[in-house]
Amino acid sequence: MRGALRSQISLPAVLAIAVGACATAPDPEPAESETLAVIRAGFHERGIAKLDRLEQTDLQKTCTRYRDNPPADVRAILEKTALASVKYPADDRWLGDYKQGERIAQSGIGLQWSDRADSVNGGNCYACHQLTKEEISFGNIGPSLYHYGAQRGQGEAVLRYTWAKIWNTHSFNACSAMPRFGDAGILTAEQVSHVMALLLDPASPVNR
Amino acid sequence: MRRPNSAVALIAALIGIGATAPAAIAQSSASDEIARYRLLLQDGNPAELLVARGAAMWQQARGPNDISLAGCDLGLGRGVVKGAYASLPRYFADADQVQDFEARLIFCMVTLQGFPRDELVRHPFSAIGERQTDIEALTAYAVDQARGATINVPQTHPLERAAFARGRYLFYLRAGPYDFSCSTCHGADDRRIRLQELPNFERAEAAQRAFAQWPAYRVSQGALRTMQWRINDCFRQQRFPEPTFTSQATVDLITYLGVRANGGKMDSPSIKR
Repeated sequence: MRGALRSQISLPAVLAIAVGACATAPDPEPAESETLAVIRAGFHERGIAKLDRLEQTDLQKTCTRYRDNPPADVRAILEKTALASVKYPADDRWLGDYKQGERIAQSGIGLQWSDRADSVNGGNCYACHQLTKEEISFGNIGPSLYHYGAQRGQGEAVLRYTWAKIWNTHSFNACSAMPRFGDAGILTAEQVSHVMALLLDPASPVNR
Repeated sequence: MRRPNSAVALIAALIGIGATAPAAIAQSSASDEIARYRLLLQDGNPAELLVARGAAMWQQARGPNDISLAGCDLGLGRGVVKGAYASLPRYFADADQVQDFEARLIFCMVTLQGFPRDELVRHPFSAIGERQTDIEALTAYAVDQARGATINVPQTHPLERAAFARGRYLFYLRAGPYDFSCSTCHGADDRRIRLQELPNFERAEAAQRAFAQWPAYRVSQGALRTMQWRINDCFRQQRFPEPTFTSQATVDLITYLGVRANGGKMDSPSIKR
């Protein structure tokens, strides 16, 4: 009797009963598509901040999935892809004006719904980095860059590395917290050259 | 006015130190100076004026139905305001959804008092220099009524657990032109933007301290700001589109933060820079 009953119940039915009977089992995670639908429904566009900003790039998706700590093979692919995205300066114009670089480093303007489409974006470097001795209001999410150029010089390898780090930070540290200043169009190539000068020019306050 | 005397004594001690040992003060770091500024701010919170306005408004017959909010159930039973804020967000059967305080307030103002919902949610946060909104005043009153209550955001109903899970997903979601998630700034110890210290929601103690202090009176804005405002302004700086006031996504995120903060003691309205 028992055996006959068991044979009539399909495997999915047994599993369903087992799950239903186990009151202490954790809830299943909501489906990702449902969660994303709730998130999308919970925002609206305002000013320059449109809803397409919630559509994740492949890099954003991958970093979200691994909580910014991807396994080595995934990390290698992300870094290779990021490095391939870097557009190096035309005519070897690596270093602009460090004074303009300092203004860019101080400014947090840009891409918020409270900013205008035609506003000149800043890099807001001081939000996360120490840069100069004079500016004591600096954050610490990124490393200190005080004496960055004084410690490294201006060799071609340093120029290429630093440019790529600013253009697309994931080139060397996949899922870094830093924005992709060049790749995401936050700063222009000319602005990046000014930030490069702030970091590398021997006369810059960063290196004094 | 509700401040412990020990804080006053400490302020006096700090002022004393400033007068007698200027060298020691000069050597203290910028962060120490800011901590001192914050401590000095504790001596009287202008939010108390807004709490008083909210208290009177809560009892007053208002809206098309000319009725007070005394019949509003914030989760501890009809009419119970004392301590209720500390157990929000939570599931409400009459709305069949999880609501944070501000979502619940809107629900009561619509269902009891008959206010049109669109009108209430059109302008929930006062602009700088503007008179604080009714929503801000009523929120200030309700959270003040929970001062000292233990944060206990429930995870009993399946929808409460679903809200937590979605909120956690949103907390880690990297998106927008800056690639930021909430976790970018709030996922490690001792992080600062400029000189602003950032609570790490991975740690219960930091989450408790942060959650307990919102809503807060913001000296730099001359206004009380609510938890919905706090979430809104984080997403602005995150370069996301604007979160819709009291949307499910915002309630989910507040549920996640609240559950992380469970066990802490409410200390709001606080006063901040």
